[in-house]
Amino acid sequence: MSSLAVRKAAPAAGTTPGTAQGPPLRRRIALVPTLTLLLGALYCLLPVAWVVIASTKSGRELFSTFTFLPGTGFTQNLRDLDAYRDGIYWKWMGNSALYAGLGALLSTAVSALSGYGLAIYRFRGRETVFGVLMAGVLMPPVILAIPQYLLLAKADLTDSYASVLLPLVLSPYGIYLARIYATAAVPGDVVEAGRMDGASEWRIFTRVALPMMVPGLVTVFLFQFVAVWNNFLLPYIMLSDDEKFPITLGLFTLLEQGSNTPALYTLVITGAMLAVIPLIALFLIIQRFWSLDLLSGAVKS
Amino acid sequence: MPDTKHSRLRRWGATTVAAVLGATTLAACGSEDAKDSQAESGPASLTYWTWAPGMDKVVDLWNKGPGKEQQITVTVKKQASGDTLVTKILTAHKAHKAPDLVQAEYQTLPTLVSNDALADISGDVDGAKSKFADGVWQQTTLGSDAVYAIPQDIGPMMFYYREDLFKKYGLTVPTTWEQFAETARALKKKAPDKALTTFSANDSGLFAGLAQQAGAKWWTTSGDKWKVGIDDAATRKVADFWGGLVKEGVIDNQPMYQPAWNKALNTGKQIAWVSAVWAPGTLTTAAPDTKGKWAMAPLPQWSDSDDVTGSWGGSSTAVTTDSKHRAAAAKFAAWLNTDPKAVAAMAKEGGIYPASTSAQLSDAFTQPPAFFSNQPDFYTKASQIAKTTAPSAWGPNVNVAYTSFNDAFGAAAKNKSDFGAALTRMQDTTVADLKKQGFGVAQ
Repeated sequence: MSSLAVRKAAPAAGTTPGTAQGPPLRRRIALVPTLTLLLGALYCLLPVAWVVIASTKSGRELFSTFTFLPGTGFTQNLRDLDAYRDGIYWKWMGNSALYAGLGALLSTAVSALSGYGLAIYRFRGRETVFGVLMAGVLMPPVILAIPQYLLLAKADLTDSYASVLLPLVLSPYGIYLARIYATAAVPGDVVEAGRMDGASEWRIFTRVALPMMVPGLVTVFLFQFVAVWNNFLLPYIMLSDDEKFPITLGLFTLLEQGSNTPALYTLVITGAMLAVIPLIALFLIIQRFWSLDLLSGAVKS
Repeated sequence: MPDTKHSRLRRWGATTVAAVLGATTLAACGSEDAKDSQAESGPASLTYWTWAPGMDKVVDLWNKGPGKEQQITVTVKKQASGDTLVTKILTAHKAHKAPDLVQAEYQTLPTLVSNDALADISGDVDGAKSKFADGVWQQTTLGSDAVYAIPQDIGPMMFYYREDLFKKYGLTVPTTWEQFAETARALKKKAPDKALTTFSANDSGLFAGLAQQAGAKWWTTSGDKWKVGIDDAATRKVADFWGGLVKEGVIDNQPMYQPAWNKALNTGKQIAWVSAVWAPGTLTTAAPDTKGKWAMAPLPQWSDSDDVTGSWGGSSTAVTTDSKHRAAAAKFAAWLNTDPKAVAAMAKEGGIYPASTSAQLSDAFTQPPAFFSNQPDFYTKASQIAKTTAPSAWGPNVNVAYTSFNDAFGAAAKNKSDFGAALTRMQDTTVADLKKQGFGVAQ
């Protein structure tokens, strides 16, 4: 009955032959993938290492000393960043947290509702709705930014927090993910059983289905959070008041100050380094929810 | 904008924005400008998009002084500079939400005007013209009777060199380009690991300025048609000159603003830089160890009798057609760029070099920039050089020409191949783009 459990078992069964062959062969096979993964890790981590090391360099050291040699200017960089226009950087950080946190939360809620609805209920036009959403998944958000701007301009909502939050609420990818997950994790029998017991549809959703969908929704939340945190074009088009800028935009203004003012490289690098920390922290904290995956899959049939 | 040129410009504008923004449906949203019938009386609250650092402090002077008296309040919204800002302004303009005032680089004015984004403020800025050099003012009128912006800062080009190293290698400061080439050769002979300078293909503004100095007019109009002169004789002379030096190997071919370039300047591997008045700021971050070792001289000339320079950078303050208080906005723009106190504050807070000729000799510019403390008359010299700026001729697709320059000349500099062929490519790309946008192009 639980297709998830079956799917989970399948790959495990697939790997057993390899394990049964004994350790020597296994080690030889693992060498290439391990190396590939290591290369991949290096590819991903080198830029991070660069940012971390470069943020310790003073403006004088930045371009003149060896790339991976730590500098001496870290505390000064932090102080400069903090002092820049009366600490507007922290304001940007707060804005980013608001856009990403609230935006991801709202869009997860919408995704959960619509994903559940599409997965459980059979109604006319269901596949059409889903098809349109799938088309939305294929549509890069960049293309939508301008039409969204023109739309919100008509409603006089541009240059406000809402102008960045509203377009984020409906995430086709989130809904798609939630539907797939609900189909797999919420058995129709359970919903049926709830109805037999006289629970309302809302109650079934909130009390029965939602807990089962949590691991999937955590994924949706994380995806959205990261996407919003890194989003550039939408806030760029929507916002003109730099007190409302998220970090991405704020750092961009530090880089592009016109030809007669040098770019504030040290501030941008230090700012970028600090901006990664919340993301890393979030991943470390939320990681534990993923382990729920195994528990929720174990529905007795 | 009554004449046919401008209506063509406008039609081009609609298509371009659509292309730039990747949303063809936008072309349908025509911009009906509410003609100059706005009620100007009563308090006005204006927004101003600018990238100059510290502009909020300058605007405070206005809000507490003349602005308070006239009940005109200005709010600064700091933006990132560059072509992206032009796109942002045009997008906002499509929704009739552009701010009242924008900072705009000179070469972007034709694009903004052709999209009908900038208001003609000629009726509201009497007497402003006399505060600026003719060559500077002409950029804001686009050769018409209209005034689309007030000049804010300028970037007259100059020759920067390491005074100490010139002395060490027995070099004299070149006054003609011929001498410049000789100096490059002489240095290469004496110190093969060094180069006089580099030809950089990553900033088209430099090449445009050099061509301008040689007398090039890249965009002109004849009748209702555009004429593109990117491969005219003057520009060809400049391209061949630099291409020859690169091929000969006496100057470097690496792009500017890269860590390697910073290092080359900081360690004295490159000992000169053809740049503009804002160079001290760039050198401060690029070559911090060379403080006090540089000097500035006029740009070398094409012939002994010439005394002319190009310009690289600079921007203006413009009023948009979306503004409901155009006269008030124009008043502010004029104050910002001509009032001695305002210009001095802009120079101090934003490090700009003012377009206003009287401001160039004001108290703010009696001391040389800190990086050039060894040259006390830096700004006196700079203002003399600024007076010799050649007029510029920008067109509606400067961005296309610039991108094409980066591609064509980037490859040519890297391969040390023929710069003339690159120039032809730049010309062809620019003409083709104009035609594609529906302009008449004269051959």
